[in-house]
Amino acid sequence: MNKIIEKEFFSENVARLVIDAPDIAKSRKAGHFVIIRLDEKGERIPLTIADGDPEKGTITLVVQKVGVTSAKLLAMNEGDEILDLVGPLGKATHIDKFGTVLCAGGGVGVAPLLPIVKALHEAGNRVITVLAGRNKDLIIMEDEMRKYSDEVVIMTDDGSYGKQGLVTAGMEEVIKREKVDKSVVIGPAIMMKFGSFTTKKYNIPTEVSLNTIMVDGTGMCGACRISVGGKTKFVCVDGPEFDAFQVDWDQMMTRMGAYKTEEHEAYQKYLETVQTEA
Amino acid sequence: METIAEYIKKGRPDAWRAELRKSMKAKERTSLERVVMPEQDPNVRNKNIEEVNFGITEEMAVVEAHRCLDCPEPTCTIGCPVGIDIPHFIKKIESKDFLGAAAVIKQTNALPAVCGRVCPQEKQCELQCFYTQKLHKPAIAIGNLERFAADYERNSGKMSVPAIAESNGIKVAVVGSGPSGLAAAGDLAKMGYDVTVFEALHEIGGVLKYGIPEFRLPNDIVDVEIENMRKMGVKFRTDFIVGKTASFEDLREQGYQAFFVGSGAGLPKFMNIPGENFNGIFSSNEYLTRINLMKAAYDDYDTPVLEGKNVAVVGGGNTAMDSVRTSKRLGAKRSMIIYRRSIEEMPARVEEVHHAQAEEIEFMNLHNPVEYYADENGRVNRMRVQKMELGEPDASGRRRPIPIEGSEFDIDVDLVVVAVGVSPNPIVPASLKDLKMTDWGTIVVDKETMQSSIPDIFAGGDIVRGGATVILAMGDGRTAAVGIDQYIQEKVKAN
Repeated sequence: MNKIIEKEFFSENVARLVIDAPDIAKSRKAGHFVIIRLDEKGERIPLTIADGDPEKGTITLVVQKVGVTSAKLLAMNEGDEILDLVGPLGKATHIDKFGTVLCAGGGVGVAPLLPIVKALHEAGNRVITVLAGRNKDLIIMEDEMRKYSDEVVIMTDDGSYGKQGLVTAGMEEVIKREKVDKSVVIGPAIMMKFGSFTTKKYNIPTEVSLNTIMVDGTGMCGACRISVGGKTKFVCVDGPEFDAFQVDWDQMMTRMGAYKTEEHEAYQKYLETVQTEA
Repeated sequence: METIAEYIKKGRPDAWRAELRKSMKAKERTSLERVVMPEQDPNVRNKNIEEVNFGITEEMAVVEAHRCLDCPEPTCTIGCPVGIDIPHFIKKIESKDFLGAAAVIKQTNALPAVCGRVCPQEKQCELQCFYTQKLHKPAIAIGNLERFAADYERNSGKMSVPAIAESNGIKVAVVGSGPSGLAAAGDLAKMGYDVTVFEALHEIGGVLKYGIPEFRLPNDIVDVEIENMRKMGVKFRTDFIVGKTASFEDLREQGYQAFFVGSGAGLPKFMNIPGENFNGIFSSNEYLTRINLMKAAYDDYDTPVLEGKNVAVVGGGNTAMDSVRTSKRLGAKRSMIIYRRSIEEMPARVEEVHHAQAEEIEFMNLHNPVEYYADENGRVNRMRVQKMELGEPDASGRRRPIPIEGSEFDIDVDLVVVAVGVSPNPIVPASLKDLKMTDWGTIVVDKETMQSSIPDIFAGGDIVRGGATVILAMGDGRTAAVGIDQYIQEKVKAN
């Protein structure tokens, strides 16, 4: 169960994993996530599903090395098994025929955006996708995105690929050019915050997918709670997608950093053990 | 089918029991003192996670069993939600047939070592005991004896497996592996059904694993009872969320004829006061799950938990006691209970309150949090509480707490655990549009059979009750097992 079938690095710290998970492959929809636990002593972390193949019984996850668990996962090889994998969790994305939808993905946020772009495309929308990253190496899944988007705009901070500038510049250019009916923005919290500030200026309804800290992921613990429209919501069961204009971004970012010290210490310790073993 | 009363009456006339009753005068029996459960020293145990209670010895158990009068109308049994034949197992202990005692308990209780530890016996069997009711003396220590019998059997290495009816090959799914699910699964397996328990988490046991701490219920003990259920033929599937991983319809297509939903507590309740989402403020579910299920306090486990020096736990139930005692064990200098009513109104077991007091937990009764404050990193560093006084009794029969205006003051805290209850888990109801629910998010069932508005779906435990005890959940599981059996028999006959 949960065998890693394929592993492909997009860049030094980002890889795509295809995992054997027949039940989830069948039941998943755009917007869903899974919780994984690598081994007996591992923690439970949420990862949004980037793709799935019900025929082959596999799901695709895109993982960026940010701490102990992601580093351990990226060190695993094809053929290795993930001890626990549960899902699909969260609410599926609300897909409809909105008209023109502007999708913006930053960093590995592009991965969870892919199934949404695909579903929006299949529902008959005109989809314009903005992919953003610090440099060329960090622009991922461009080919897949092109397949389901009417247009793809690439933005890099250093101008090494596409246009130079932030994701918001790319978004604004599209909004100024044509009528946009809806927007979906997924990426780091800070990118979603400013991405949604941009769409708000033009009153374009905007969805974001939040990646808060979780433990069980099934609505039991409340670690993922966040203030949305002044009310406390649980990202794992009420989300992960929310109306971007209602999210309390400062609270979201503070809560994301709850274990910053512990995570940093654990990661340093992990790097030391890896080095000793090498 | 025989009723519980008939089942319990059946064994009393047996010669060995009649003999035993005659072997000692009632007066001698009632003059014996109730045995006291030996426990770890409070100042030692509040620094370790070993079990607080050691359990009683064979000698103590036999003496305690002699106190039981083997009443003709054993009122104690009325107090037991799973219908244990209490006098029968106690008389087995008196005659030193300890394995026999365990076998009697296991006829109706799938988890005796668990119930012997966490049941509120003082509100159930022991409350209804002849000693409590008529003699106004301390009740027979039924809970301690139950624990003794279960532990004796486990340590003997001769665990018996209850008699299983011949397999009927009919598949039944149990959703959730907490107390209600395990009780239902055990009874259905005994009836010959092919039972699979689906669990969302990576461990079997539900609240017994993620909620109740080691010092009250060691995980190893839960695992032994689960192993025993495997021997009874019950299958377990972890990391599987019915309603998500597969739908009820998918499982029907796979041949499942009926479902028992014991999906338990879900969303933790918060008080919706300012600052409640600051870092360092946990629900009790999160705090206990990190520590009990994920073992966050151990260095070699990856899950972290924030450390607290000044810990406030809001609430007065067993979960609040578990949380506050856990915080002390993890090294808090000051661990406080903040509860809006007085100590008498606390819903926690008396034993747990006493244990907490002995472990130097501070009780701030008649206080209620009104706001939290945080440092520049968003970590809670202070809470404002308001004093309360008691007014007239409310709907629950307890005196209503009334805030005293202008009585607010601040307490330094760096970790807060909110233990003010939970709402039922929303996943199953969200996946079944036709399922009839109450306004509180619980599943509506027929109390006699635990059948929901969807005929092949039965439910029990916290998903029906909102929030209750392990043993009430188990009682629901047993009732539902009978209901499911009747439902399937009728369906089979109709075809």
